[in-house]
Amino acid sequence: MVLASLNPVSYLVLGALVFCIGALGLLTRRSPLVMLMCVELMLNAVNLTFVTFAHMLDDVSGQVIVFFVLVVAAAEVVVGLGIIVAVARRRPDANADDISLLRG
Amino acid sequence: MVSLVWLIPALPLLGFLILLLVGPRLGEPVAGWLATAMVVAAFVVSVIVFIGLHGRADRTYTLSLFTWIPAGRFNVDVGFLVDPLSSAMILFVTGVGALIHCYSIGYMHGDSRFPRFFLYLNLFVFAMLMLVLGDNLLVTFLGWEGVGVCSYFLISFWFEKPANASAGKKAFITNRVGDWGFMVGIFLTWFTFGSISYTHFLPISSTAATTTATFISLMLFVGAVGKSAQLPLYLWLPDAMAGPTPVSALIHAATMVTAGVYLMVRINPMLHASSPWLSTAIAWVGVLTALFAATIAMAQTDIKKVLAYSTVSQLGYMFLAVGSGGYWAAIFHMITHAFFKALLFLGAGSVIHGMNDDQDMRHMGALRKLMPITAFCFIIGWLAISGVIPFSGFWSKDEILTYALHKSVGLYAVGLFTALLTAWYMSREVFMVFFGQAKWEENRPEPVAADAVVAGADAAEAGHDAVHPHESPWTMTFPLVVLAILAAVAGFINLPFSWYPHWLEDWLAPVTGRYGTVLTYSNTTIWLLLGVSTVVAFSGIGLAYLVFIKHRVPAEKVEPEFFLKAWYYDIGVSAFMGGPGRRWFEFLSWFDRTVIDGAVNGIGGLARGSGTVVRRVQNGYVRSYALAMTIGTVVLIVFILTRINY
Amino acid sequence: MIDTAVFAVCAAIVLCGAVGVVISRNPVHSALSLVATLFGIAVLFLQLDAELLAAVQVIVYTGAIVVLILFVIMLLGVDREDDLATEPLVGQRILAGIAVAALFGSLVLVFVGVNQHGLSGAKSQGAKLAGPLSNVTQIGRLLFTDWIFAFEITAGLLTIAVVGAVVMARRPASYEPLPEPEPMGDEAQIEDAAESEVGA
Repeated sequence: MVLASLNPVSYLVLGALVFCIGALGLLTRRSPLVMLMCVELMLNAVNLTFVTFAHMLDDVSGQVIVFFVLVVAAAEVVVGLGIIVAVARRRPDANADDISLLRG
Repeated sequence: MVSLVWLIPALPLLGFLILLLVGPRLGEPVAGWLATAMVVAAFVVSVIVFIGLHGRADRTYTLSLFTWIPAGRFNVDVGFLVDPLSSAMILFVTGVGALIHCYSIGYMHGDSRFPRFFLYLNLFVFAMLMLVLGDNLLVTFLGWEGVGVCSYFLISFWFEKPANASAGKKAFITNRVGDWGFMVGIFLTWFTFGSISYTHFLPISSTAATTTATFISLMLFVGAVGKSAQLPLYLWLPDAMAGPTPVSALIHAATMVTAGVYLMVRINPMLHASSPWLSTAIAWVGVLTALFAATIAMAQTDIKKVLAYSTVSQLGYMFLAVGSGGYWAAIFHMITHAFFKALLFLGAGSVIHGMNDDQDMRHMGALRKLMPITAFCFIIGWLAISGVIPFSGFWSKDEILTYALHKSVGLYAVGLFTALLTAWYMSREVFMVFFGQAKWEENRPEPVAADAVVAGADAAEAGHDAVHPHESPWTMTFPLVVLAILAAVAGFINLPFSWYPHWLEDWLAPVTGRYGTVLTYSNTTIWLLLGVSTVVAFSGIGLAYLVFIKHRVPAEKVEPEFFLKAWYYDIGVSAFMGGPGRRWFEFLSWFDRTVIDGAVNGIGGLARGSGTVVRRVQNGYVRSYALAMTIGTVVLIVFILTRINY
Repeated sequence: MIDTAVFAVCAAIVLCGAVGVVISRNPVHSALSLVATLFGIAVLFLQLDAELLAAVQVIVYTGAIVVLILFVIMLLGVDREDDLATEPLVGQRILAGIAVAALFGSLVLVFVGVNQHGLSGAKSQGAKLAGPLSNVTQIGRLLFTDWIFAFEITAGLLTIAVVGAVVMARRPASYEPLPEPEPMGDEAQIEDAAESEVGA
C-alpha cells in the first residue's frame, strides 16, 4: 500500500517527538526502572524512523535494521534488569544518583 | 725519544691518582717523596725530549693522543706540540717544580693534611704541563683552568681560617673574569680559521682581517691579564699569599702566572697580524703594572706580600717585552724570574719557618747569623732580581729594557725607573730581615698598627711563644742552594754581545724569530745600556742602605700609607662590590626568584587551579553525564545542518 | 483519508503513552503507559507496510520486555512512589529541558529539509519494498544473505546477555549488607570535598 495522502515526514516528526520525550525522561527521572523504560521509548522512536525511511526509499533493509535493534534492545533490557536486581538486593532504596563513586 | 713526550704530563697525573686513592695511608713523608719522584721523573723525560728535539730538522714534533671532541667540523684532539718554546718551558716547570716538591716535604712537616698537599701539587704540575704542551687552544685552556682550580685548592689549603678560603675564591673568580676573554678568543679563532690547532691557524694568521686578528689577540690578552695578574686584574695575587709558601713559590712565581706570557708568545704571529696599537697597549699595560706594583712593594711589611707585588711587577716586565716584540726576551726573563723568585719565596718560607710562622718584617732583623744558608741564598736572589751584574736577572731585565728602548723612549724610562724601585724595595726587605738589629724579642707577633709596634714589648707575652730563629732542615735548604746556583749563572745562556753565542734566542728562533723585532744595536751601545742599568741598580741598593741601615732618613717618610694600602685599588673594588655591586646582585637574585621561578611555578599553579575548577564536571552522576551527551548531540546535529548542501 | 485518521489516533496514543511513562510516579503506571506506546507504534508499522515488524513488536517488546520489567518491579517491590518534587542536581531539569528542546528543534529542521528537497539516499534496486514478494519473505531473504554476519553475531550477543544476566543476578555466596553510604552529595558538599583534597 502506498500512502498517497499522508506525508511520510509526519512519521519522522512523531518519531523525533517520542525520542525527545524519552530523552527528557531519561535525564529527569531517578528511578532506574523508569530510566530503562525511557530508553525503550527512545529505541522505539528510532525504529519508527527506520521503518519510515524504508518506506520512503522503497528499501527493505531499513526493516532488517529494526529487526536487529529489537534484538539488541531485548538483550540490553535483560542485562539492565540484572544490574538493577543486583544493586537493589544490597540497597533496596537505591536510585541512579546513589551510584556515584566514580567521580573526580 | 721525542715520542716519550706523553709521559711528561702522565707521570704527575699518575702521582695524583695514587695519592688520591691511597694518600692518607701512605702518610708523611712517603706521600711527599712519591710526588717529588714523579716530578723528578717528568724532568728527566723532559731532558730526554729536549735532547731528542735537537736532532729533528724543523725542531717541531706533534703527537696526537686521541680525538677529544669530534663534533662535525669542530674537531679537537688531545695532542702535544713539542717545539722550542714548549720544550724550554717544560724543562723549567718540571725542574723548579721538583725542587719545590722537595722543599715542601720539610715545610709541610707536621701538617695534618700532608698527603693532600702533594696530591694538589701533582695535579697542578699535570695541568701546567698540559697547558704548555697542548697543540691547540682548547688543551691549553684545559690546562689553564686546571691550574686555576689547583691554585684555588692550594691557596685555601688552610681553609679553617675564613680569610684563606676567601683568598682562594678571589683568585679563582678573578681568573674567571680573564677566562671569559680567553674563551671569546677561542670562539673567534675557530670561527675565523676553522681550526684552533696552533700548527694550523698560526701560520695563516696573516690571512685574517686586521681587525679580526686584533680582536682575537686582545681577547686572549684579557685572559692573560687575568692569569698573569696585570692591571686591572692583579688583585688576587697579593691575597694569594694566604697559601703555604711553597704554593706561592711554585704557582705564583714560577709557573701559573707565567701562563699568560706563554700564551702571548705562542700566538705572536697573531699579534704581528694585528694593528700596531695592540702591541703598544700591551707594552704600556706591562710597564705601568710594573711601576704600580713596585711602588706598593716599597711600603709592605709582610715578607711575602713584598714578593707578591714584586712578582706582579716582574710579570709586567715580561709583558713589556711581548709588547715590544722581544718575545724570546720575555721567555728569558720568565726563566730567570722562575729561578730567583722561587728562590726568594722559598727563602722567605725558610725564614717564616724559623720565626715560628711570623711573617711581619718588622719583627725580624739580623737573621743572617742564625740562618746562614737561607741568608746566603736569599742574598743571591736579591742580587739577581735587583739586576746586579753578573747575576741572571741583570741580563734578562736588560734585554727587555733594550727592546723597550727600541720601541719607545717613554717605555724605557718608566722601565728603568721601575728597576730602580725594584732594587730599592728588595734591598729594603733584605736589610730589614737579615741585617740591622734583632727585633723579635721586643715585638710580639700580633696585628697592630704601624705606630704602636716600636713602642714595644708586652712583657707578659714574652714568655709563652718564644721565637728562636733557626736554620731549616736539608729538605728545605737543598732546593735553596740549587736555585741559588741557577739564579746566579742562568744569565749566561744568552749574553747580549754579538761575539757570544745566543743560545736561547737561537733555540727559540723557529717560534719567535719570524715576527719578533730585530735589534741592531752595536756592541758599544749594548755596553752603554748595561752600564746604565748597573748604575740604576746600585743607586737603588745604595739609597736603601742609607735609609734602612744607616737610618739617615726615617723609614716612615718613604713608606707612605697610600702605597701600603695599594693605592686603595683593592679596597675600592671591594667597596664597590660590597655596595652597589651587592645591590645589583641582590636585584638579580630577586629577579630570578620572583620573575623567572615565579613564571615557572605560576604555570604549575595555573594548571592546578584550572584542574580544580574543571574536575567538578566529573561529579559521578550518570544523569549529568547523559545531559552532557545530549548537549553534544545537539551541537553535532547543528554542525551537520550547517554543512548540508541540497 | 483513512490513513490520516489512523495516523492521528495512533499518534495520540503513542504520545500519551510516552508522556505517561515520563510523568508517572508509580513505576507500574509507567510500564502500562509504555505498553500503550508500543501498541501504537505497532499499528504505525502496519501502516508502513512492515507487517512482520509489527507482529514482532507486539510479541517481543510488549509481550516479553515489558512483562520482564513488570516482573522486576513486583519482585523488588520498587513500586513505591518516586519523589518527583526535588531535584538534587542543580540545574539539571532546566538544562535538560533546554537541551531536549534544542534537540527536537534541530531534528525538525532536518526533516523540514527532507520535506523540501526529498531524501538524498538512493532507492534500492534489489530489495524493493513494494515488490511482489511478501514482507516476511523479503526480510527473511535479506536476513540470510546480505545480513547473515550480523545475524550470527546477534545470536552470540543474545547468548552473552543471558549468561551475563544469570551471573549478575544470582545470589552471592556471602550476603553482607553494605556499609551505610555517604549522604547523597549536593554541590556544596562536592566543593568541600574538592577543596579539602586540593589543600592537602
